[in-house]
Amino acid sequence: MYHYDEYDQQIVDERVRQYRDQVRRRLSGELTEQEFLPLRLQNGLYMQIHGYMLRIAVPYGLISSQQMRMFAHIARKYDRGYGHFTTRQNIQFNWLKLQDTPDILADLASVQMHGIQTSGNCVRNITSDEFAGVAQDEVVDPRPYAEILRQWSTFHPEFAYLPRKFKIAISGGKEDRAAIYAHDIGLAAIKNAQGEAGFRVVVGGGLGRTPVIGSVIREFVPWQHILTYVESILRIYNQYGRRDNKYKARIKILVKALGIDEFKRQVEADWADLKDGPGTLTGEEINRVASFFTDPAYETLPDHDSKLNEFKADSRSFSNWLSRNVKPHRIPGYAIVVLSLKKPGNAPGDATAEQMDFVADLADRYSCGELRITHKQNLVLADVRQKDLISLWQEASAQELTTPNIGMLTDIISCPGAEFCTLANARSIPLAKLIAERFENLDYLYDIGEITLNISGCVNACGQHHIGNIGITGVEKKDHDEWYQVSIGGAEGNDSSISKIIGPSFTFDQVPEVIERLIHVYLRERFEAESFIDTVRRIGHAPFKEHVYATGFAAQEDEADGKHVVLPAQYEVPYYSPRF
Amino acid sequence: MNMIIKNKTIVADDWTVLRLQEQETPENVIVAAGKVIVPLKVWQAQRAALQDRKEIGVWLASDERPEELKGDIEKFSVIAVDFPKFSDGRGYSIAFNLRARLGYSGELRAIGDVLRDQLFYLQRVGFDAFAPRPDRKIEEVIKGLSDFSEVYQTSFDQKLPLFRRVQRKANEAASSQ
Repeated sequence: MYHYDEYDQQIVDERVRQYRDQVRRRLSGELTEQEFLPLRLQNGLYMQIHGYMLRIAVPYGLISSQQMRMFAHIARKYDRGYGHFTTRQNIQFNWLKLQDTPDILADLASVQMHGIQTSGNCVRNITSDEFAGVAQDEVVDPRPYAEILRQWSTFHPEFAYLPRKFKIAISGGKEDRAAIYAHDIGLAAIKNAQGEAGFRVVVGGGLGRTPVIGSVIREFVPWQHILTYVESILRIYNQYGRRDNKYKARIKILVKALGIDEFKRQVEADWADLKDGPGTLTGEEINRVASFFTDPAYETLPDHDSKLNEFKADSRSFSNWLSRNVKPHRIPGYAIVVLSLKKPGNAPGDATAEQMDFVADLADRYSCGELRITHKQNLVLADVRQKDLISLWQEASAQELTTPNIGMLTDIISCPGAEFCTLANARSIPLAKLIAERFENLDYLYDIGEITLNISGCVNACGQHHIGNIGITGVEKKDHDEWYQVSIGGAEGNDSSISKIIGPSFTFDQVPEVIERLIHVYLRERFEAESFIDTVRRIGHAPFKEHVYATGFAAQEDEADGKHVVLPAQYEVPYYSPRF
Repeated sequence: MNMIIKNKTIVADDWTVLRLQEQETPENVIVAAGKVIVPLKVWQAQRAALQDRKEIGVWLASDERPEELKGDIEKFSVIAVDFPKFSDGRGYSIAFNLRARLGYSGELRAIGDVLRDQLFYLQRVGFDAFAPRPDRKIEEVIKGLSDFSEVYQTSFDQKLPLFRRVQRKANEAASSQ
């Protein structure tokens, strides 16, 4: 993976120094909260319900064992012993003191990490394919380009105060595993007929209040021109994106308003001035950065280990794990292992300090000392020898990291929800737990098969509910109670679609039963081997809607008077929190 | 006399920024004698009279286009860009376009909600003068110019990206393989 040189290190160190001084000025009252807000946000610091939350960038999801140990250290020293991996391949700590945050960023800088631009109206952390470099269907390795874009976007002086946040995702496989159509800019690394690398550039996708599937602005931008092309898109957006209404400020609204053709005309008029100029990427630079992403020294190994087959026959748990959580690798004898952070009963994406240290150790022993964070909130060991799978599985099982549910209904994607987030209308994590526990039975889970379920506590869609096969959204009603909309038919990847709401919203306690009813219709209507999403696309929403609303729901005791009050946070607010 | 930051130093400044008051229009406002930075609309409405002045400045609001000054650029001793709020980032692209596309080489001044923590970015896109918000100590504000000593990407101040300026390290492990 990429290692900082003295320039990278200097820039990050100077950022820590700058931020330390900003915190000092905030604490002394020199800076008002309003002035401090965008400064702290561009370092990843939010003020949440309980206190300050810090979001740390994991660039394109790639992390070393040493960096993972630093997360464990931060969790222990400054937080409550755990962290939350997010849908943008980052990690969040929820219980921090403002005074500590400069030290945390200094600790992070010592392992080449930071919280730069993980929030704020700027270019955010660039996300990518969690299987980059090892996927069988890879056309172009997206990681060098992701790193080059990271550097280009870091402290870009012109684009630090955009109308709204700006997310770039980049994929390099035939299958899009980075949800590029749901981003402000999506880049598909491809090759043209001559075998030269370049990008299909997608613009104006996004979730949130107005979900939009991105439009292709150019089918092929040669790799040399990607930085200048992205710069021109940003410049048009910075000038013309709406600033009068934050809900209409994303680039998708501008692209819709102008139409993709007119938007493209403006971008390319700007680009004409930059194309082939000094911002053009050089072969030397791409080779330099690519040198950090070369293959490890792979051994020559047989592709099917006989011991594995024997053990598989003996252990159903292992065999389940092998078929659900282990993915094919492009090198014979190797495998990609997904460590599930979705054990039913646990908060999706949460890991304890012990688990972080443990996976760092696993990475060192089994996977070249590297890990990846997935946008589905799991962890990946990308270079595991197949002959090590048994011992890896045994060790990881002891740490509750082998729940064999990747891609299944209980592999729920969830935002932190109303227990943590000031934006959320409703709780997400307890609902995810309730649903996961209901579908815990593996035979049932496997019978249902491939399906995605995404939960967001509000319309901002951090849980990416619009592209879940089933999406759940916390919605606000007049009485401020906790209600959920349920939608179906969303998908990410090459065949992306936005889900549609099935009807009136539900209470917290009703949702698991709603999911059960949706599944019931699917199992009743599916053709053999047809996935949930395919059945929805074939038969439409009506049969699902009809069955869900056909009969009432058992009343809960606390619902007797028709009220469904949001439960108060079950966490004690620390004394140092501004919310105390 | 007001103090501003110009060419990285604190200097006295005798320009006045004209902002239209209620009931004043670009056509009827009286532009005082002396060194005045007028709104774009006033320039456009009173061009005939103003263009004969020895020294005149103009300022752009964040929703105005620098291209409106095309052809007139040489007439101004100073062009200013107003930041109604420091978080309104349009002024950065206005400055870049004035410098890089319209070739303006005179004084380019940031006015309005101009604060320390944005100065580094502002100077990169082409501003060389800053009139900080009056409630701020200018001696503090100027420190913002030197927050960083290295940058990755091109902008107006730096025509070459880092990767074209310096020899950067490749992965030694890879090259020795």
